Amino acid sequence: MNSMETIRLGCGAGFSSDRLGPAIDLAQRGALDYLVFECIGERTMAFGHRDRMLDSTRGYNPQLRARMRGVLAHCHANGTKIVTNMGVANPRAAALLVIEIARELGLTGLKVACVEGDDVTHLIGPDTEFMDHPGAVKDVGLRMVGANVYLGVEALLPALQAGADVVIAGRIADPALFLSPLVHRFGWALDDWTALGRGTLAGHLMECGMQITGGYFADPGFKDVPRLADCGFPIAEVSADGSFVITKLDDTGGCVTPATVKEQLLYEVHDPAAYLTPDVTANFRGVSVTQVGPDRVRLTGADGSVRPEKLKVTIGFDGGFLGEGGVSYAGPNARARAELAANVVRERLTRINQLGGDLRIDLVGLNALHQTAETPVSDAADIRLHVALRSTDRDDIDTMLWEVESLLCCGPAGGGGYRGQVTPCVVTHSCLIARDQVSPTFEMFVA
Amino acid sequence: MTRKTIHDIAHARAGDKGNTSNISVWVYDPKDYPLLKRQLTAERIKQEFPKLFTGTVTRYEMDDLHGLNFVMLDALEGGVNTSLNLDSHGKSFSYLLLGLPIEA
Repeated sequence: MNSMETIRLGCGAGFSSDRLGPAIDLAQRGALDYLVFECIGERTMAFGHRDRMLDSTRGYNPQLRARMRGVLAHCHANGTKIVTNMGVANPRAAALLVIEIARELGLTGLKVACVEGDDVTHLIGPDTEFMDHPGAVKDVGLRMVGANVYLGVEALLPALQAGADVVIAGRIADPALFLSPLVHRFGWALDDWTALGRGTLAGHLMECGMQITGGYFADPGFKDVPRLADCGFPIAEVSADGSFVITKLDDTGGCVTPATVKEQLLYEVHDPAAYLTPDVTANFRGVSVTQVGPDRVRLTGADGSVRPEKLKVTIGFDGGFLGEGGVSYAGPNARARAELAANVVRERLTRINQLGGDLRIDLVGLNALHQTAETPVSDAADIRLHVALRSTDRDDIDTMLWEVESLLCCGPAGGGGYRGQVTPCVVTHSCLIARDQVSPTFEMFVA
Repeated sequence: MTRKTIHDIAHARAGDKGNTSNISVWVYDPKDYPLLKRQLTAERIKQEFPKLFTGTVTRYEMDDLHGLNFVMLDALEGGVNTSLNLDSHGKSFSYLLLGLPIEA
């Protein structure tokens, strides 16, 4: 392609439950070359495996149908291709669902590629050792639900080269979802570490959606964000040399400024000079961040060096259940009553019911999120007792919820507003595997 | 003199990977960067929150962009899938750092 040309990438989701409206807006009016949906986290990956075990036709992102119904016709009309990891633990079923939706919408001939090979459950055994702490799979004592390797550009490129309109994969390293179209269109070599480092920066900044356009940023009076409720998803205009501008649609809410960009620059980054992906060791240390227009920030100066030798794998285990129950206390002496309620619950659960599992009791309004960091400095007049128990024994969870609810008549004065819920849990660990143990493939389906 | 906190001069964002937390802190005004760099050290963070940040704390400096990145090992009470903290990602830990006093 012409070296002066830019490629327009949009982000239609930065996590599994991200908003749909702004993605449809981008598909409709963004004049995009590619619309990328990044929808997997360590938690959602394991939930995908669990869903597929219960029903072999599931295991993909639960919002896939709604998202495709919303954007597919616009993308088709505007020549925008879609790249996504919404296949989660079942890319094949996801691709077939997209085909079904394309047919419903009359998009005959739409090409949907399903990318597989990230599921490496068969390579993990009891003696597989973890990468970040001592221990092996057999030490966890929980049932493994699945293991996925982080794949990179090499997994997506063949599908793009074969002309797919929609590429749907599972565990792809988040920045690679954005880097792959750049490599494909600009023809970057897979050992052009500088170009790959720059494209990875673009992907890293885009992959959390609104976290770069004003979402997750506002702090009233300090960092004000206009029309946060109407915040738009980001667009990256990438040049052939890998430099790029981050922006958004003009009439959407939010903002793109050096401050929003910098906060995202090191989000989930450890050493800024060595951000590891399957494709490159990216270096963000020399990056320049310049406002070049309203809601337009230009990024230059990222670099890269040779990619890591091994690939990272996330292993998911069935962690049983998380039970959470709560009761509120307000008005005079609320703190003392809530603290008494906490003591009563602790005594009932440990001394009388002799429950196992991990228990935590928080006083929301006094100190909950930061309970382990600091002692509370002031009394509050509106406090919620929050009791959390994680256990593989569902009966223990139900006993805990019953005990918390019983405070309504058996606990301190004036308690009210009991709520309780049970959520299934996963536990994850990471390990490394050799590249040659992995061989991604793709299959094309046509609507 | 009113007591200043880091929140008066800087903004921050926290992220998680496994049981590791990272918090990047950025001054609004480049003039405040030397002050931030002098007073918000890895050693200070470990001293202020010994029960929470039990592992190594490493500081990376982004001098050109006027920001610091702190990486805290064993900082998330087990990590997002293990912690019983309501905020199991430790997203709110950014405001723990911003709440620390700073002397101008």
